[in-house]
Amino acid sequence: MIPRFPRGVRLHHDQARERWVVMAPERMFVPDETALEVLRLVDGARDLEDIIDALAAKFDAPREVIATDVRAMVDDLVARGAITP
Amino acid sequence: MNAPLALLAELTHRCPLRCPYCSNPVELTRASGELTTQEWARVFREAAALGCLQVHLSGGEPTVRRDIVEITQAAHHAGLYTNLITAGVLLDAALMARLVDAGLDHVQLSVQDADPAGAERIGGMKGAPARKEMAARLVTEAGLPLTLNAVVHRQNLHNLPLLIETALHWGAGRLEVAHVQYYGWALMNRDALLPTREQLDAATRIVDAAREAHQDRLLIDYVVPDYHAARPKSCMGGWGNRFLGVSPAGRVLPCHAAESITGLDFPNVRDTSLRAAWEDSDAFNRFRGTAWMPEPCRGCDRKEKDWGGCRCQAFALTGDAAATDPACALSPQHGLLAAAVAQAVSPDFRYRGFD
Repeated sequence: MIPRFPRGVRLHHDQARERWVVMAPERMFVPDETALEVLRLVDGARDLEDIIDALAAKFDAPREVIATDVRAMVDDLVARGAITP
Repeated sequence: MNAPLALLAELTHRCPLRCPYCSNPVELTRASGELTTQEWARVFREAAALGCLQVHLSGGEPTVRRDIVEITQAAHHAGLYTNLITAGVLLDAALMARLVDAGLDHVQLSVQDADPAGAERIGGMKGAPARKEMAARLVTEAGLPLTLNAVVHRQNLHNLPLLIETALHWGAGRLEVAHVQYYGWALMNRDALLPTREQLDAATRIVDAAREAHQDRLLIDYVVPDYHAARPKSCMGGWGNRFLGVSPAGRVLPCHAAESITGLDFPNVRDTSLRAAWEDSDAFNRFRGTAWMPEPCRGCDRKEKDWGGCRCQAFALTGDAAATDPACALSPQHGLLAAAVAQAVSPDFRYRGFD
């Protein structure tokens, strides 16, 4: 599975408020820290396993623990329309 | 003071349609008074620097501007999420392709009724429904997300199930079902448009059922009319709190209807920066926050939820822009709304237009 942003959805740096926001048609939301770590790796090329590998390395954490968190987060982001599987 | 999140750029008041509930002011600005491409580009840069994240390119009909592609590009280059709010009747494949290249993010397309004859009558333009269907196809074929915006009222609510079918059939990902808000042209035509309580309740049930039935395909936003409400809407999320509008002639507005309030002097982008307008102008500070509120708002625990409702509606119905919105049951003038509903029986309306 390669998560991607659907057309019309993107991660945007909100400079005035020093935060990242997901911009979508007529709505926006502020991702929490975990969601943001995932979203910043969504580039239409990395698949879910690559993203889990990258975050396990970045946080020096057991892959199984990271994998559980990331899969749950991706399910949530898909349900919210921020990414498509 | 919060920074604004969204800019409504009303590029022009010109429009091939003549909807009797148009949100433009009754006194329309002519083409000769409109801001130039360069002036809009500066507005977009200033809006982004001020904190705006998205721009609604609206009107009138924004695509009557010959520089709509350059304007879209300028908004995109400023870093804004760009949303084109259009009637769709002037879109063709070439223009669609140029708008996509310019960085357009999303299109919101209006529909006046699901029944073509009704849509032609309400919009006041022959042939519009077929052009709109083509516009929807151009948007989805270009890969852009599409929202249909259906303004609903007494004369088209019977077709609400068909409107929802139309949104699905045309490939929209979002549908706005927005009851008319009664300012300006719509207030003038209120007797012809106000829905009955039974119509409103039926519409709410239809929307609720459609949301559940189509939740994987269609997101439905629903805007209810004030005239059957017991509490006012949180108009614009508070005056001068999140939203900024710029009129075709460059006036900076806390809400697109704000010019209907007499006695407020709105700053103009030709004379001042957007930041100065937002932060320092009397027009923006007059009803910002809660300090201006009279009773019953002042002592109300909802005052930071609904911000006293709508200033334009308070002014239109009571003559006092600082009054509690009569949509609130706690307003001494709440009875005005029921009286308006009771007298709304004639189907005749006046089309919007330049006089």
